[in-house]
Amino acid sequence: MRLTCPHCGTRDLREFTYGGAALERPTGDWGPAWDAYVHLRENPAGASFEWWQHDVCATWLKVDRDTRTHVISQVTEARA
Amino acid sequence: MSRIAGGLIDRTRPVSFTFDGHAYQGFAGDTLASALIANDQRTVARSFKYHRPRGILSAGSEEPNALVTLGRGTGQEPNARATMVELREGLAARSQNAWPSVGFDLMEVNDLAAPFLTAGFYYKTFMGPYRIWERLFEPAIRRAAGLGVLSKEAADLRFEKAFAFCDLLVIGAGPTGLMAALTAAEAGADVILADEDFLPGGRLNSDRQEVGGQASSAWAGEVTARLEAMENVRILRRTAVTGVYDQGTYGALQRHAPGPTRPLETFWRIVARHAILAAGAVERPVAFANNDRPGVMLAGAVRTYVNRFAAAPGQTAVVFGASDSVHRTAADLRRAGVHVAALVDARDAPCDLDVPFYPGAQVERVLGREAEGVVIRRADGTEERVQADLVAMSGGWNPLVHLSCHMNARPVWRDDIAAFVPAPGAVPGMIPAGACNGEVTTAACLAAGRDAARQVVSDLGLSGASPDLPEAEDREARAEPLWVVPGKGRKWVDFQNDVTTKDVEQAARENFRSVEHMKRYTTQGMATDQGRTGGVTALAVLADATGRSIPGTGTTTYRPPYTPVHIGALGAGGQGKGFAPERFTAAHPVHLSMTAPMIEAGLWYRPSFYPREGEKTWRASCDREALMVRNSVGICDVTTLGKIDVQGPDAAEFLDFVYTGTMSTLKVGRVRYGLMLREDGQIMDDGTCARLGEAHYLVTTTTAAAGLVMKQMEFAAQVLRPDLDVRLMSVTEQWFQAAVAGPKSRDLLNDLLDAPLEPEDWPFMACGAVSVGGVPARLFRISFSGEHAYELAVPARYGESLFRQLVARAESMGGGAYGMEALNVLRIEKGLLTHAELDGRTTAYDLNLKGMMKRSKDFVGRAAAGREGLLDEDRPRLVGLKPTGAVKQLTAGAFLFDPEAEPTRPNAQGTISSVAFSPTLGHFIGLALLKEGPDRHGDTVRMVDHLRGISTLCEVCDPVFFDPEGGRVRG
Repeated sequence: MRLTCPHCGTRDLREFTYGGAALERPTGDWGPAWDAYVHLRENPAGASFEWWQHDVCATWLKVDRDTRTHVISQVTEARA
Repeated sequence: MSRIAGGLIDRTRPVSFTFDGHAYQGFAGDTLASALIANDQRTVARSFKYHRPRGILSAGSEEPNALVTLGRGTGQEPNARATMVELREGLAARSQNAWPSVGFDLMEVNDLAAPFLTAGFYYKTFMGPYRIWERLFEPAIRRAAGLGVLSKEAADLRFEKAFAFCDLLVIGAGPTGLMAALTAAEAGADVILADEDFLPGGRLNSDRQEVGGQASSAWAGEVTARLEAMENVRILRRTAVTGVYDQGTYGALQRHAPGPTRPLETFWRIVARHAILAAGAVERPVAFANNDRPGVMLAGAVRTYVNRFAAAPGQTAVVFGASDSVHRTAADLRRAGVHVAALVDARDAPCDLDVPFYPGAQVERVLGREAEGVVIRRADGTEERVQADLVAMSGGWNPLVHLSCHMNARPVWRDDIAAFVPAPGAVPGMIPAGACNGEVTTAACLAAGRDAARQVVSDLGLSGASPDLPEAEDREARAEPLWVVPGKGRKWVDFQNDVTTKDVEQAARENFRSVEHMKRYTTQGMATDQGRTGGVTALAVLADATGRSIPGTGTTTYRPPYTPVHIGALGAGGQGKGFAPERFTAAHPVHLSMTAPMIEAGLWYRPSFYPREGEKTWRASCDREALMVRNSVGICDVTTLGKIDVQGPDAAEFLDFVYTGTMSTLKVGRVRYGLMLREDGQIMDDGTCARLGEAHYLVTTTTAAAGLVMKQMEFAAQVLRPDLDVRLMSVTEQWFQAAVAGPKSRDLLNDLLDAPLEPEDWPFMACGAVSVGGVPARLFRISFSGEHAYELAVPARYGESLFRQLVARAESMGGGAYGMEALNVLRIEKGLLTHAELDGRTTAYDLNLKGMMKRSKDFVGRAAAGREGLLDEDRPRLVGLKPTGAVKQLTAGAFLFDPEAEPTRPNAQGTISSVAFSPTLGHFIGLALLKEGPDRHGDTVRMVDHLRGISTLCEVCDPVFFDPEGGRVRG
């Protein structure tokens, strides 16, 4: 698998680290939203939004990956 | 010798080799298989289960029988397919799975027991307790059934890995692949052409036919030469594409041409925009009785040996099949001077050859241990015995669809050619073409190759005239499927795993009707050849036995690798230091010169202690070093701790977010201890945070967690708090850092630094810039030993020199260097933490650090750390332990119990995380996590180490054993 880093271009999977599902971090004290954020994960057959870090330039990326075909439809910088 | 005229071997270059110790000769251009055939070696192997003698069946990578062992000792390579081994001078091959010899194998007795050794025999017979299976049955079965063995010596076979990128990967260099590569290359595409063989051309080298007005092999040679001369073409000979992966990634295994300086194999990862699958097809055997005898060979392979290798596999042949191609085999044999005793065509077809012809007939069985003749059943039912030492058979051809199925597609059945072909669109970007796509004539293959390449050229946005198609044979090769010949006897479908039609039928009878169940029950297709020759025949038998069609029966799943790959090739570059690179600090040479045993800390190597004359145990050195720090001054290389530079206008707010504590209130020139949590509320790491400037901090981490912390901090900065203007940089490698610890540490530094330290400027937890020998340095008054101590950091290139000077000065003051062992003793005496306590399951509350979690602001892990269960008083929490019983030893990992309780798991009250012998206190001390621990100081608990059989009573105490008021560290 290859991902296209917005800074470095298309690079091999071995330059990246998976960072889990791209979820919105809740605010406030512990509650169901926090439980979902920390523990509960969908297992989608299809579009999956994920965090990946490009280890070489340290940029965290938001990746839209199809879990069935492994087609990467979008890679954007997390900070942007 | 059965060497005949012609062929594509180089008769000017004879090659000597041995097989089972006998010396033979072949020629350059031979394979081991062709050379053995030319030397009349008919039995070359023994079968897996029945130990039946076996000969060479095929001429390609599909070979199930002729597995041999090459070399010996450190160069030993078992299970090489003789058909794929390029003959080289001095090659030493041995037969395998036979004793005492391949000609006379005592284990052939298994063949007599064949009625009992059918499908499921092992499952049904070797029942019983696991131990009996492990000690008795399995070793016995392993001895009896098997492949080649490893030498059990460390192999010195060399492997490489390589990466390549291209516009077009052409898989296979037969007529289709050559034409495709030529078309795409002439249009300017960047082409890689990969072929398993050492000679490109595929069937063009095996069959006598004309292409473009010349011998097909000559045409193949000419096109290969043209391609080789083009800069945009790379031809990978001896290279099998083994797997197809996401986004046009292909794995390929390249065997190298024989040569002393070359590696054995290279594993390639090829990224291709497009691929053309031109893998061709393999012939399938016909299932008749004793079809596995040496001398029975696939008809197409017979043509390969006769035409390409000029080696006659026999003197008298029977040719059997149901296609026009068997007529061609008979004609080629006659031309080569082999007597054709019978041409048996299961169809009622005409024959224009002057050979004994048996239309509508079938070969019913083979006679002899090595083929001596056959029984032919004519159309009218009468039988005739015909003498022959070669039986050429053809049950039709299987397109090599494997690679098209590696991304989950199933092949589709074509009734007209009685074969599976790749499903359309099976692999994005891959076009199947030629024989692997069901084409049957050379002309059709050439055209398919060109058309597929034209499609690719157009998709790439290239243009250019395509080369003309050469004239080629376009006679439709008529064929009818031929699976099983009726009659008695065992008929093999999987030669390597000894699976017969009876086994498949029995599996069906016992209700293993699904093809996946049949496969596992009979082991059909599970050998190293993956059932490439007989797999579809087995499906036909299963379909017949279950009353279904072949497509209704379906295929098993095709998975990579397509052909066996050495583990060494997959792991190339990953042996020894390639597996785990070593990280050394700048002072590494000094540690070595002081004969310190180095221990691994992640990828780093750190000195455990510095032995001195007369110290017989590590404890002696460790005790001396610890006392040295307590009494004078010690020097420790602490470079390996992670250092993260944090800068930006929002650096302070950012650090408040990643630490449990508050770093924004830290004054410039001061250091604070900090804890970082994971988002689940457990402690991730601890360390110090120094404020070097208003918008400039330096964070330290533990050695082990440096990468993890950096990653989480980057995640927090970029993903969780993109609103903050802050940047992070790992500077672990850039700075060498040494601890200077002990009551004389300031004296030592005052002597060394360019300006002495003013005590009022350097209280405990101060930091700032200093200068040493004119080199700008950083000084931190921090302590991991409980002593008055500093850490001095210089740019890494000065590290070795600084460490030498520090050690020399310390030694002159009655101190010296101390290693990891003493460091550990000193920190346990002070109740300071490492990852023995921060083990990923402990919270700040557990370690009595709840007060370090700020209430005012959000931080990573705050919400989760506030969960009720994580603040439960019953949780094991940090305490100190001292032995009070008869046994004065504590051991890490031991469990704690109430003194009168049974030492069983449900009664466990906690565990010991760290222990040390304290030379200062004169006894063992330990840190432990004990239920309600902080409320139990003064209580007695029992430590039980079930593993080492040690038990003792201990007193629970404060985890700070030494100088609890902290007078020394501030002094």
